[in-house]
Amino acid sequence: MKKFSLAILITSLVLFSRWAHADMVPKRSVLSNGLVLLTSEQPALPMVAIELLVDAGSRLEPADQAGLANLTSKLLTYGTHRRSAVQINDTLDFIGASLETGAGENVASISLTILKKDLSTGLELLAEILTSSTFPQVEIDRQKQSVIAAIKAQEEDPGAVAGKAFAAALFPQSPYGRPVEGSEASVKSLKQQSIKDFFSRNYRPNRSIMAVVGAVSEAEISQALNQAFRNWSKGATSPPPTAPTHIGAAQTLRINKELTQANIILGHAGVPRSDPDYYAIQVMNYILGGGGFSSRAMDSIRNERGLAYSVYSYVGADKSHGSFQFVMQTKNETAQEAIRLARNEIQRIREQPVSEQELNDTKDYLTGSFALRFNTNHKVAGFLAQVELFDLGLDYPKRYAELIGKVTRADIQRVAKQFLHPEKLIAVIVGNQKKIGEK
Amino acid sequence: MTQRWIFHLAGFFALFLSLNSAQAEPVQEFVLDNGLKVLLLEDHKSPSVTFQVWYRVGSRNEKDGKSGLAHFLEHFMFKGTPTTGPEEYSRIIAKNGGQSNAFTTTDMTVYFATMSRDKISVELELEADRMANALLGDTYFEPEKKVIQEERRLRTDDNPAAALGEVVNAVAYTVHPYRRPVVGWMEDIQNLTRQDLVDFYKLYYSPSNAFIVVTGDFSTAELLPKIKAAYGKIPRGADAPKVSVTEPEQRGERRVIFKKEAELPFVLMFYHAPNLKSPDSYALDLLSVVLAGGRSSRLYHELVYQKRLAHSIDADYSSVSIDPTGFSIDAQLLPGKDPAELEGEIDRVVEKVKSELISDKELQKAKNQVEAAFIFAQDSIFGQAMKIGYYEIAGGWRQMESYLDGIRKVTREDIRRVAKRYLDRDRRTVGTLIPTKEKPQ
Repeated sequence: MKKFSLAILITSLVLFSRWAHADMVPKRSVLSNGLVLLTSEQPALPMVAIELLVDAGSRLEPADQAGLANLTSKLLTYGTHRRSAVQINDTLDFIGASLETGAGENVASISLTILKKDLSTGLELLAEILTSSTFPQVEIDRQKQSVIAAIKAQEEDPGAVAGKAFAAALFPQSPYGRPVEGSEASVKSLKQQSIKDFFSRNYRPNRSIMAVVGAVSEAEISQALNQAFRNWSKGATSPPPTAPTHIGAAQTLRINKELTQANIILGHAGVPRSDPDYYAIQVMNYILGGGGFSSRAMDSIRNERGLAYSVYSYVGADKSHGSFQFVMQTKNETAQEAIRLARNEIQRIREQPVSEQELNDTKDYLTGSFALRFNTNHKVAGFLAQVELFDLGLDYPKRYAELIGKVTRADIQRVAKQFLHPEKLIAVIVGNQKKIGEK
Repeated sequence: MTQRWIFHLAGFFALFLSLNSAQAEPVQEFVLDNGLKVLLLEDHKSPSVTFQVWYRVGSRNEKDGKSGLAHFLEHFMFKGTPTTGPEEYSRIIAKNGGQSNAFTTTDMTVYFATMSRDKISVELELEADRMANALLGDTYFEPEKKVIQEERRLRTDDNPAAALGEVVNAVAYTVHPYRRPVVGWMEDIQNLTRQDLVDFYKLYYSPSNAFIVVTGDFSTAELLPKIKAAYGKIPRGADAPKVSVTEPEQRGERRVIFKKEAELPFVLMFYHAPNLKSPDSYALDLLSVVLAGGRSSRLYHELVYQKRLAHSIDADYSSVSIDPTGFSIDAQLLPGKDPAELEGEIDRVVEKVKSELISDKELQKAKNQVEAAFIFAQDSIFGQAMKIGYYEIAGGWRQMESYLDGIRKVTREDIRRVAKRYLDRDRRTVGTLIPTKEKPQ
């Protein structure tokens, strides 16, 4: 699951227009056990969305225990001192709530969606999970089987196969190059004690961010959390994420499968989220291939030539590192042509300045569509958690228009040259290699 | 459903399918002189507006040999008008801070954009323009055909479960147009002509065969005159031809074996079932929750959790369709498990709800899940607009309003009765995906 490792934050700006009155402006506080709490009261619907991020991602697992963080997160709803897995499921289903857990490379996440009237039940269960999960062996065995099935199911998804191969080639010997799920062999070998240790070391309030959005005030939720989470105690802090030490060299990886389409990723390493050029790079990428039907990639590869249904480029920026990916699917026979066109577009944006109109249209979209990214309680909760994770500050939405607005055509050409490296592109091609042919 | 560009409806449909119901605030209905219906729902909790134009035409309206026509036209509607260049629509919406898309199903073709309140007129005008003046230019026909063929490869041909579903559908229906895939068969797509698109557009894209849904942060007093000004002048057009095909009753189980490179077998059972026009639809909705709503549901608990046969399992009943629909159960197996054994176990669980009453608590749990999902669904203005549109297509948006009442009235006896009546093996088609290779070379 790459949900958190590849950043989502092209976002910003009109966020505050969602807060119709002063009480609804997001608030940040730190509870006595170190938990960072972000709240935004949204009284319109009798529901609450909670997003909890915990510094317990796969980067913290030993390489020979790949899949440990993921398995630990999956097991959180399978038994506590007070409740069995079956009782937890019954509790949640009876109130129509959803509680989902998962892990990425940097953080694990727990998402709870619940009716306001059931909030105390939900918080109690959440606290129980975080303080007294028991990880019964029988449940570990079940979850291992499920994770292995999920790994196999991914092998049926050509896009997922390409994504995994790309990550492994780009960041060899790094947790960021390894699938979060681990491999069949590594998952099988995971021990109960390792899971318990991983949980007890990493699932701590002083390593966690909780965003609560819905029909509940900051005062009410703080009080409820201080009560429900009183036994969740501080632990040791973790070392900050470090960038992968090895970056894979340019290469072409071909994976042969009986498919009608070639699934293609061209890409290389990028920059961390904190890079000062992050916003200029996002604007550049929108013009290149990030901007849906407004992008050059879409024009050239889909609209003019009909070579692909889906074609886009993507800039991922995490705490310590980042990546660039150009992704498309085309029938096997036209794979080489599509790759050539993609390389041309990457080359072109490095060599020629973008037009004034392309720049202005991009700025207008990025700033003007900001509010749409936060038009549900869930999206707001996810956003607030990310703002804290990347240390952007609650004034980030106010600053966003300026950050985007000051990007110039010269900036775009400069970052295109610094950031895009045609000679370093790793190419992954999943498809029928005979039909795709050699270059 | 298939659409111009991938977007994420999954979360929405998870809620929508189990729950389709009344609004917290009233929908307002207006009908223009040319027959165009306008459905407005003001909701001011977030500063954006969704504007959608729904055409009452989908793959259901296609003829044999012309499958994929409705969907192809959806793509082709982006190729411009005398005043808007090809693909310019999307750029204009984006430049104005909006997000736009379109999709086609068996029953409908829908175009929409979500934007801020002060920009929504841009979308309003552009949709009016292409309702009346789409050029459907010849130059763009062949490239777009290729795009759609790539879409089919991506979504169906290289996706084992989807490819199985397509064949099961084609076997479950013998006469009714629901047997055809919305995206179209590959050869049919290849054989479509630009003239087919022009004729289809003339026949179905008229105000009297369409309606508008707007939800979100707008004022009716401000918006309605703008809609009247932009759309009122479009001629009514001839009445679109009606489709009235009845699928003959199925008498005896049908089976499909589908072989393809894959890792895990997949089983899909499709039972013919009535749509929302039947009072049994409420009990069928709840039955799908009893069987597969959450980890405590019967199929999940027994086959995923206890017996460890399936990796995932789902029961799906979507009553909001023009013609009678289906109740389906699908499961992806765990590695090394036998599809026949899983099928036997699904049957055992289904037989039990047909012969024994579920408990009061189980019924209450299913109703609670539906009611909670109803509240959660209102978090999204887009989701609300979709719900209004789906109901309007299927038989009138007012039917939404009786939904929760219908759900609340369902008894344990109703659940057993509808399970017995509709989950009848003689009325089902069972499809099995057999992976042809354990490990590709």
